[in-house]
Amino acid sequence: MLRDITLGQYFIGNSVIHRIDPRMKILLTIAFITMLFIVKNFIGFAVAIVFVFAVIFLSKIPLKLVVKGVKPIVPLIIFTSLLNMFFISGKTLFEIGFLKITVEGLNLAIFMSVRIILLIMGTSMLTYTTSPIALTDAIERLLNPLKKIKFPAHEMAMMMTIALRFIPTLIEETDKIMSAQKARGADLESGNLIQRAKALIPILIPLFVSAFMRAGELAMAMECRCYQGGQGRTRMRELHYSKLDVYSAIIMAISIVLIVLINIFVPTII
Amino acid sequence: MSAMIKVENLTHIYSKDTPFEKAAIKDVNLEIEEGEFVGVIGHTGSGKSTLIQHLNGLLKPDSGKIYIDGQDIWENKKNIRQVRFNVGLVFQYPEYQLFEETVAKDIAFGPTNMGLSQDEINERVEQAIEFVGLSRDLLQKSPFELSGGQKRRVAIAGVIAMRPKVLILDEPTAGLDPKGRDRILSQIKDYHKRTGSTILLVSHSMEDIAKFANKALVMNESKLFAYDTVENIFKQSDSISKMGLSVPQITKVFDKLSEKGYFTNENIYTVKYATDLLLKHLKKEEQ
Repeated sequence: MLRDITLGQYFIGNSVIHRIDPRMKILLTIAFITMLFIVKNFIGFAVAIVFVFAVIFLSKIPLKLVVKGVKPIVPLIIFTSLLNMFFISGKTLFEIGFLKITVEGLNLAIFMSVRIILLIMGTSMLTYTTSPIALTDAIERLLNPLKKIKFPAHEMAMMMTIALRFIPTLIEETDKIMSAQKARGADLESGNLIQRAKALIPILIPLFVSAFMRAGELAMAMECRCYQGGQGRTRMRELHYSKLDVYSAIIMAISIVLIVLINIFVPTII
Repeated sequence: MSAMIKVENLTHIYSKDTPFEKAAIKDVNLEIEEGEFVGVIGHTGSGKSTLIQHLNGLLKPDSGKIYIDGQDIWENKKNIRQVRFNVGLVFQYPEYQLFEETVAKDIAFGPTNMGLSQDEINERVEQAIEFVGLSRDLLQKSPFELSGGQKRRVAIAGVIAMRPKVLILDEPTAGLDPKGRDRILSQIKDYHKRTGSTILLVSHSMEDIAKFANKALVMNESKLFAYDTVENIFKQSDSISKMGLSVPQITKVFDKLSEKGYFTNENIYTVKYATDLLLKHLKKEEQ
């Protein structure tokens, strides 16, 4: 049950996409999001769709997996589509009772749905192809310049790394404590909302106690190994930009330029 | 008399229908009579923990049946809590499950869940703390102020307070000092004598099993290797060692002695019996 939750969705591999420097991948993802928001018509989306599918193909990640990632937001897509369909005024397409569906509304609904789906598929490629540790590493390096204004970039990254490391441990622990309290007759499955919230107390308190203890032990262990924060700390694996990163940046830039050109020469939808 | 615990063709598979599918227990058949003190032994990952979690319905079998006191525990899903009150399970490192403000309230958690009256709960709490050999003065303290060994005994008292017909303890002495171990084990033995309940004790210490249990249950590679008297189990020291387990040290000593022609017909697995035997032998030589 609890154990079956997959964390992060890193899909081990060694494809071209996997090998792009994680810093570059984060920057490219931000560029990709920007790109999706400057698209103004369906032809522009064609470029974005080709881009996303090319990335998926190159990464050798099963398409099925990526599509599955879209599933949780389907209700959101349906909800916004319905709102758009019924509440945008314009030329009436057909009427059901007091509800009117307009051409503009329908167009906008499809447009928004495509945007959301591409957004999820594209950005999930970042987490599919980058291990959580590489990701936090990259975030630390990208935030480094902010250290000048006293932003604790290293501490942030260390916190994220530790949090990621301890999620499976905490899940296992929760599982154990739940079993132990169930063995003493704790009833977690029935009752109204208040009863259920109360039933969580015997699980949450031991969990917090052990989490604090673990934190203390970890801090002690880190100090024993002379950890003093980021200053003067070197890395076993340094991040290096390669030619691959330059190529990928160029491809991203070309796609954006293409979309801007399409925006200029093709009529806009919104 | 029907068996207290009866297990029929029990199989449990973890991560079923995924590439990680693994049978944790395969086709286990078992009958344990009321009032037995059973030592459960087996290598890490042999399926001991999975087996005991089936006995109080924390895990559901993938196939097979479990009867407690003649009752199929999964016959009526709603009664599964009742099964958990009848089969008390003390997990490994049970002190991590303490959560209440006071020791008394924590021990009362199980009995309260059973829906007993306040008087009955109070009586059970006082009896349970006495069973585990702690002073009543501790009842109003916070469980987090206690020492490690005391916490563990409070946690065991929390299960005993439900007065289960079957008490299962998963390595109750792990991480304790020798004095603490002996104390907990002899209190369990004492509890067994006074209540006559069925006890299953998971342990890696063959000495403890030999000293306290009268039957032993050996799990090996997800299967039940044997369930027999302690004496008969430790007779098979060869196959037990092959599983990566061992027999009590004193048995090893006497195995060597029997190779040399001494005590060939004897089966020794407790130090006390060995001492008696040796003394008798020495006296004979003196004469």
